[in-house]
Amino acid sequence: MKLLWAYSARNVWMRSGTTMLTIAGLALVSLVLLAVLMLGNGLDRALIESGSPDNLLLLRKGATTEIASGIYRDQAHVVSTLPGIARTTDGRPLAIPELVALISLTKTGADSPANVVVRGTRPDAFRLRPQVRLSQGRTWQPGTTEIVIGAQIATRFLRDSIGTHLRIGKRDWLVVGIMEAQGTAFESEIWGDVDQLMSAYGRDSYSSLTLRLSNTTAFQSIDDAIAADTRLLLQVKRERDYYREKSMTMATFIRLLGFTFTFIFAVGAVLGGTMTMYGAVASRTREIGMLRALGFRPRQILSALLFESLMLGALAGLLAIGGGMALQFVTLSTMNFSTFSELAFRLTLTPGSIFITLGFALSISLLGGIPPAIRAARLPVTAALHTPGR
Amino acid sequence: MSQSVIEFQRVTKSYFRDEQEVPVLRNFSLSIPSGKFLAVMGPSGSGKTTILNLIAGLDRPTQGTVHAAGIEVSRQRESDLARWRARHIGFVFQFYNLIPVLTAAENVELPLLLSPLTKRERVKHVQAALGLVGLSDRIHHYPRQLSGGQEQRVGIARAIVSDPTILLADEPTGNLDRDAAQAVMVLLSRLHLELNKTIVMVTHDPRAAEYAQEILHLDKGKVT
Repeated sequence: MKLLWAYSARNVWMRSGTTMLTIAGLALVSLVLLAVLMLGNGLDRALIESGSPDNLLLLRKGATTEIASGIYRDQAHVVSTLPGIARTTDGRPLAIPELVALISLTKTGADSPANVVVRGTRPDAFRLRPQVRLSQGRTWQPGTTEIVIGAQIATRFLRDSIGTHLRIGKRDWLVVGIMEAQGTAFESEIWGDVDQLMSAYGRDSYSSLTLRLSNTTAFQSIDDAIAADTRLLLQVKRERDYYREKSMTMATFIRLLGFTFTFIFAVGAVLGGTMTMYGAVASRTREIGMLRALGFRPRQILSALLFESLMLGALAGLLAIGGGMALQFVTLSTMNFSTFSELAFRLTLTPGSIFITLGFALSISLLGGIPPAIRAARLPVTAALHTPGR
Repeated sequence: MSQSVIEFQRVTKSYFRDEQEVPVLRNFSLSIPSGKFLAVMGPSGSGKTTILNLIAGLDRPTQGTVHAAGIEVSRQRESDLARWRARHIGFVFQFYNLIPVLTAAENVELPLLLSPLTKRERVKHVQAALGLVGLSDRIHHYPRQLSGGQEQRVGIARAIVSDPTILLADEPTGNLDRDAAQAVMVLLSRLHLELNKTIVMVTHDPRAAEYAQEILHLDKGKVT
């Protein structure tokens, strides 16, 4: 039946003016869906991927964010002596107390300021979070007021920033490096020495403690040990779960809004596709009657026309994916509602979103093609043969 | 006399227009032996095309029976009829009904898609059919690149490519100038004489009807 497929394909080509408009419509709707998926992927990547599956995050009991949490030095010390924590090559436990604070910075080329997360930490944080690496300059010297800024901060707030000073707390801090973090939220943060930052803010407690498990089964033993110790009023979470919870509200909101718009556009696209296919059927009524008279069965006519519809959908899907590839270079920023700070992220194209977009484009084209294809297959042959037209 | 390949027995066919019954054929009987070339003439609405539709099973009689190529056409299921039509019926249409996006060869190949022939066998059949209608040099031409007469010859090649038992022609010269019409009729006549095809042709054109062995005149659904 290759010839019937060729018939369908050439008809699409022959009506290129009409079909191009339909394909463009279907492609735009598919691109809207893809953009929504890419937004969600970007947020997931920025937030969920920030967490490592081997890391645990400890917060004060009842605190839902690092900003609202507090861990005293002695509590941090007790936790770092627990078994099940991975160690550095020189035998230190890979458990890092961190202080998270917010500062206000003005974006390059904008008037209004935005909040930026400053994370007081230790140089071992680069081991704890291997996705973070220095891209320019060097890391801070412990015990100094030096800082490293995330790539998104460098791009959006502090261009040509290495060597410049930034006021954080009651001190001036020297920017000595820029770090990249594979598109995760750490690219929107500023890192420096935790003790210096606590001093700058006059704080006597950390915000959180992040530790690396020595093995995946150690989670339960650490959780049990902390729960059993009355000095430690702390909650233990897998770092990835913490970031997933933080991203959930925002990602769900964006997806819900996006899918609602996509659905409305999709209804329009289906109607457009249906009208195109009705037009295609109407202009070929006599041909269809002839094919039926030759002995082609309604099912064969139906499948040829649905194939034609699917071809429009496939072309539209590919166009949308092409658009999605271009969107990958777009970086957006939003308010991270759990920290009330600026979070920059890239629209991210994944194989899953490509697959969904292609499936969506094929589905709406198929949906639009079904009514006219059924109509064509059911045409009374004698009436079809006497229809004016080509 | 050969055995009948088409048999109408007391056939009545009515259509409904705005709930009004319009009779087209009334108590119509006809027997067409194998190898016959029959022309059906008559004014518009006399039932000429209905006869072709009933033979091909595109329409069903209101009363009576129609037998063609070994089956009672009026009693078959649509899916069986489609298969039977592909094997036994060849159509020649007034407006050729070629598919503009397919070449002459591809148009002629269409009926063979419903046969079990391989691609190579189909190509051979197509070349033979187009050779028979004198269009071997136009195999790769699209309909828009052919004259009206050539398009109709492609239509005839398509009708005969599967070697059907019966050839039905509905006003085959109705859209052609005089010379092209004559060429088409000579071709149909050759198919009848050389290949012994059974042909039922509906026409308004007396010159075309002269090529048939017998002419049936219809008026208001009855033989006159």
